[in-house]
Amino acid sequence: MEQVLHQRITLVWLGLVLATLLSWGLSSEHLFDSTIARTLTTMAILGVAFVKVCYVGLDFMELRRAPRALRLVFHAWMVGVYCLLVGLYVIH
Amino acid sequence: MPGETGIWVLIFGDMVAFAAFFGVFMYSRGQDPALFDQSRTHLSVGYAVVNTVLLLTSSLFVAAAVRDFRAGGRRLAPRLFVLAAVCGLGFVVNKALEYRAEIDSGITLTTNLFYTFFFTLTGIHLLHLIIGLIGLGVMWRLARRPEDKPGNLLVIEVGASYWHMVDLLWIVIFPLLYLVR
Repeated sequence: MEQVLHQRITLVWLGLVLATLLSWGLSSEHLFDSTIARTLTTMAILGVAFVKVCYVGLDFMELRRAPRALRLVFHAWMVGVYCLLVGLYVIH
Repeated sequence: MPGETGIWVLIFGDMVAFAAFFGVFMYSRGQDPALFDQSRTHLSVGYAVVNTVLLLTSSLFVAAAVRDFRAGGRRLAPRLFVLAAVCGLGFVVNKALEYRAEIDSGITLTTNLFYTFFFTLTGIHLLHLIIGLIGLGVMWRLARRPEDKPGNLLVIEVGASYWHMVDLLWIVIFPLLYLVR
């Protein structure tokens, strides 16, 4: 058990849990008190989520060792969805 | 490549469908941000944080199990699949408690548009997770078998990729429904 869990994936898991707590902390009310602050905080919260998605893909799904085309599709999805969500948030 | 081409077509197809759902949610939010914000304050972020940690932990166990199985281990991998399934079941129980708390306070699918999104999006995700739990059961059985058929690793990699996708989708749902104001 120790040998398997003492690997990069355990460090990634720790980073993912800490990032979850960070995004929870970012959602506090005073960081949303103006239009600019609200937009930047939303970009940061969603940004943390997509960095987490990136590590789940590369390390847990093992896309780091997958063919380049598969990695490209994955990254395109990530960037595309992030831009879509931030764009729709900013427009309104 | 982990798994085979077909599972990646399924995974990316599912991810695109969820992306469209996320986009429609964000667009609808923009139409009535006050309603969405007010409704969101009734949600308990604690449930979602616990569920995020449960899914991340289950993904860690599955990733470790796949590595152990690939390296020829036949004792650790089944235990890790059980631990992953326990985390997955914990997610289901926690989600049920959250739904119950919402329903007990008079909130349902038809209360307003935000809650329609909330119950539909989390409900469809929960369905994916339950399918993933069945997959974990299959992976556990295969990992316990002493004989080493070449197809076993493939099935385990396919199931693992699907399980990680369930985790990945929740990672986006969590801030979208619970954090963004």
